[in-house]
Amino acid sequence: MKRTGLAVALVAACLSISPLSAAEQSIILASTTSVENSGLLAAIMPAFTARTGIAVRVVAQGTGKAIDTARRGDADLLLVHDPEAEQQFMAEGHGASRRQIAWNDFVIVGPAEDPAHVRGGHDSVAALSAIAAAGAPFVSRGDKSGTNAAELRLWKLGGRTPEMLAAEKWYRDIGGGMGQALNAASAMGAYTLSDRGTWLSFANKGPLVIAVEGDARLLNRYDVIELNPQKHAGAKLAAAKMFADWLVSDEGQRAIGAFQVNGQKLFNPSASSPK
Amino acid sequence: MHEFLSIVSLSLGVSLAATAIATAVSLPVGYALATIAFPGRRALVVLANAFFGLPPVVVGLVLYLVLSRAGPLGFLGLLFTPTAMVIAQAVLAAPIITALVHRAAERAWARYGDELISDGATRRQAMPQILAIIRADIVTAVLAGFGRTVSEVGAVILVGGNIRGLTRTMTTAIALQTSQGDLALALALGAVLVGISISISATVFALAGSASSAGSEEA
Repeated sequence: MKRTGLAVALVAACLSISPLSAAEQSIILASTTSVENSGLLAAIMPAFTARTGIAVRVVAQGTGKAIDTARRGDADLLLVHDPEAEQQFMAEGHGASRRQIAWNDFVIVGPAEDPAHVRGGHDSVAALSAIAAAGAPFVSRGDKSGTNAAELRLWKLGGRTPEMLAAEKWYRDIGGGMGQALNAASAMGAYTLSDRGTWLSFANKGPLVIAVEGDARLLNRYDVIELNPQKHAGAKLAAAKMFADWLVSDEGQRAIGAFQVNGQKLFNPSASSPK
Repeated sequence: MHEFLSIVSLSLGVSLAATAIATAVSLPVGYALATIAFPGRRALVVLANAFFGLPPVVVGLVLYLVLSRAGPLGFLGLLFTPTAMVIAQAVLAAPIITALVHRAAERAWARYGDELISDGATRRQAMPQILAIIRADIVTAVLAGFGRTVSEVGAVILVGGNIRGLTRTMTTAIALQTSQGDLALALALGAVLVGISISISATVFALAGSASSAGSEEA
């Protein structure tokens, strides 16, 4: 008898750890690692929560995994950056609306000594070919993230498929987030493709510097996707819509544009003029 | 600082709750495995010992699929909550505590079991005595289970999602700080975690020491 009471008390104690979920309204935002790791969401969300009382709980994953999480119905809203994967998600009928909230760009970073001699260039595809020709180490996220997808698109433009890359010794697929890729590239003296937001806020650059930037093909756009109520009736769609609407509102766009790390702007709001 | 304290307290809260639940299950199970002969007992003992090293990411993955809204228990809405983390950690700690309790209870039962039964106690009635005899081993088992839960990252990051202010524990915070390249902060958090592990170890030795000296007095 006593033991039953103990067990009940234990379960009660365990459940009492999550009183927040019941007390206030909250949504799960499946997002890319780049908007989380750069600190953007942590910086702008308090204003939204203060206004609406809705807490946004960010589960940061690579875009591929974030989309998969939403597809399973485990998120209420998506914030990602892989146009092709997003189009497929919409085509499958999982999404109700897809709106661009911001853009920045990708950069190819590499060691300052620049073994492939690509530094200062603006042609990302040519730079990757030069890195391959030099056999210089290149770190790939390999995690189906938006950045990984962008990287593979650039390689393909230069005539290299994922299968060909996998056979190369200098091509190092780490299967991890942007920060892990930068840590690895920093330790190996390797090149890698990074979103600018994570790059600017990253604290362990080591010998890495920007090697290539300013190519139109390095555009990186972020979209917020609301889920289709017909497929995702269990999701908190009304609260999710409020956050999506806020992101594209004047207030949300101003907050995104005002976000800075070390005095540098990381994201360009673009809801009114999508790229 | 406030965030740091909330991360530490969430870590400890989740791990303590998981350890408590695992202990509540493992004590009677470990005792039963040691004292009651039933078909499949040996298989269960082997299983408990095998799950000693259950890979946390596998537990995390299976629980993720079970707790996902598309999964069988999805209607509970537990994915990405501290409760999901407690469940994952309890699953990881329970076999460790069960196996250690079983081992100690088996020895104690071999030595004192007949005596207790001849005094007229049933196996169930003898449980408090046996557990009292092996209390030092139980403390070790519980602390081993707690050490497993508090230091674990693979399962809690999968089912908890590392949500700031809700499911971010010390281990997942270390993973995040590392991914932001903030190795100094990651290391500081790691130092706190190691400090906790050392405290656990010190506690184990202190308790085991005092218990064994108490035991020698009995003998």
